Amino acid sequence: MKKLLIALMTTAAALSLAASAEAAGKLKACWVYTGPIGDFGYSYQHDQGRLEVEKALGDKVETAYLENVSEGPDADRAFERLAREKCKIIFGTSFGFMDAEVKVAKKFPKVMFEHATGFKTGGNLGIYNARFYEGRYVLGQIAAKESKKGLAGYIVSFPIPEVVMGINSFILGAQSVNPDFKVKIVWVNSWFDPGKEADAAKALFDQGADIIVQHTDSTAALQVAEERKLHGFGQSSDMIKFAPNAQLTSLTDEWGPYYISRVQAALDGTWKPDNVWLGIKDGAVKLAPFTNMPDDVKAMAEATSKKIAGGWNPFTGPVSKQDGSPWLKDGEVADDGTLLGMNFYVKGIDDKLPQ
Amino acid sequence: MDITVNILLTIATAATPLLIAAIGELVVERSGVLNLGVEGMMIMGAVGGFGAGYLTGSPWIGLLAAIIVGALFSLLFAVMTLSLATNQVATGLSLTLLGLGLSGMIGTSFVGQPGVRLPNLDIPGLSSIPVVGKLIFGQDPVFYISIALTAAVMWFLFKTRTGLTLRSIGDSHTSAHALGIKVIRYRYLAVMFGGACAGLAGGHLSLVYTPQWVENMSAGRGWIALALVVFASWRPWRVLAGAYIFGAVWIGQLHAQAFGIPVPSQFLSSLPYLATIVVLVLISRNKRLTMMNTPASLGQPFVPDR
Repeated sequence: MKKLLIALMTTAAALSLAASAEAAGKLKACWVYTGPIGDFGYSYQHDQGRLEVEKALGDKVETAYLENVSEGPDADRAFERLAREKCKIIFGTSFGFMDAEVKVAKKFPKVMFEHATGFKTGGNLGIYNARFYEGRYVLGQIAAKESKKGLAGYIVSFPIPEVVMGINSFILGAQSVNPDFKVKIVWVNSWFDPGKEADAAKALFDQGADIIVQHTDSTAALQVAEERKLHGFGQSSDMIKFAPNAQLTSLTDEWGPYYISRVQAALDGTWKPDNVWLGIKDGAVKLAPFTNMPDDVKAMAEATSKKIAGGWNPFTGPVSKQDGSPWLKDGEVADDGTLLGMNFYVKGIDDKLPQ
Repeated sequence: MDITVNILLTIATAATPLLIAAIGELVVERSGVLNLGVEGMMIMGAVGGFGAGYLTGSPWIGLLAAIIVGALFSLLFAVMTLSLATNQVATGLSLTLLGLGLSGMIGTSFVGQPGVRLPNLDIPGLSSIPVVGKLIFGQDPVFYISIALTAAVMWFLFKTRTGLTLRSIGDSHTSAHALGIKVIRYRYLAVMFGGACAGLAGGHLSLVYTPQWVENMSAGRGWIALALVVFASWRPWRVLAGAYIFGAVWIGQLHAQAFGIPVPSQFLSSLPYLATIVVLVLISRNKRLTMMNTPASLGQPFVPDR
């Protein structure tokens, strides 16, 4: 029933777009979001990027977006609708839009497509991603320093490589400080359900975790941490207002600079499908100010961020897989291909990865 | 022991909005009206409650606003379906769509703002009794409202004359009309009661459960409430049982995961739905009793002059 509703909503939203289209001589740049722009998380941050494009390029561009587009067959129609409405460049911002974008990009060879966090490219389809795992390594180190029980709770959405990579990087960071550090993992099977995220946080705290990490989009988990006088990390946006005493830092996404450069390239006629993976050094992954922690932990977090910005990869050997079999030899660095297809845990995680 | 108490408290929080919205919808359906707009009324209550609480700084005003917004929003449905005799299913669905969209628009400026939280009840002395203290005397006010509401609706429907009249309208609006009962007036009030309940459930979400405003924050809870009413075969105490079974399995599966039991999380996530359906179908397995409880004129439009 919900799917049907979302489909109806997508159609309604798309129809309303048609009216605002057609402005003479402007380049039309369009975005497709999987969540509502009011989620104050992932989709919100992408939309902030869109607003930055409007601000930076002014009357040379016109922007439009579709929100709440579910991943799957609905997405096909969303992209096709935008392409028909004279969007010249279209950004699909969620992993699950991948196949839809590949399909629609083939149909509209003159439209420029960009897909976030995926791995399929085409003649007019580029991909972009952010190395969130870089930030998660720093979170892991902070968690290991700040947790009194050596146990973090980790709320996650779906077992896609992006998420698995994040968990692995987090635990590697934590183990670099405390080799015995443990993490309890709860899959909520949703990117966005504040109530469920809050419930998961409560369950994890009740089972002894004293720090919460999330790979879901709402502020609910941090609010629980605030209520219980424990700590946690924000996600996508700086959530300090919701948890002034609980947030240690927040892993934020800054898409603006990338979007501006790509839309500018489209304006200049120099756009080519690209494959970029931006990290801390590019400013696409940012850690909100380190708060509620002693100075030495803060200094460590800053030093690690700097080290990563300098080119060091958190996935540098020696690293073993969960079952103890060797994965990376001493000094060996994981290649991007392996990371983007990551479907295994590293050593030290007790959870069984849902396949 | 602490963990058990905490789990029970969490279950109550998860079940409360479902229970309130479902009890409201139960009264609506008992009067013979099917309002599929629960999700929309709930989200409007959530944004109204958050907004009023945020702007005035008082969660109580927020809660009151949630109830009023829910009731007013359901009035739209009542006018359409009762006075204009539109199709109830289509109108209910559009109420949900409208609510989701409208709340997003109203709430734009509330995104990213911490709201106010309704404080838990705290009776000096009583709340600090081990175990039962917190469970009985230390929960949020809406929890007590939800239990009182269930009892009140049970009493109203089955022990009062007005309740009997309401049920008779749900069973056969033409007969009731022939007896001189004001069918439309009863239904208006029932629909608005349902709206007020859905609004209150939404207020619980944005003022207690997760004190914040985000679009779509009801995340399908209105639909679960609707399903509960049907699977509970329109009996209040079964709705209560259903809401708590759902809440218990919902919280239980999160704990099971955190505990590390080796069952795929996708299966665990679907478990609350499965368990609730199975249990409620088992309680409602007596076909004749279920038939008796089903409002016979549910969903049919009624025009008095016809």
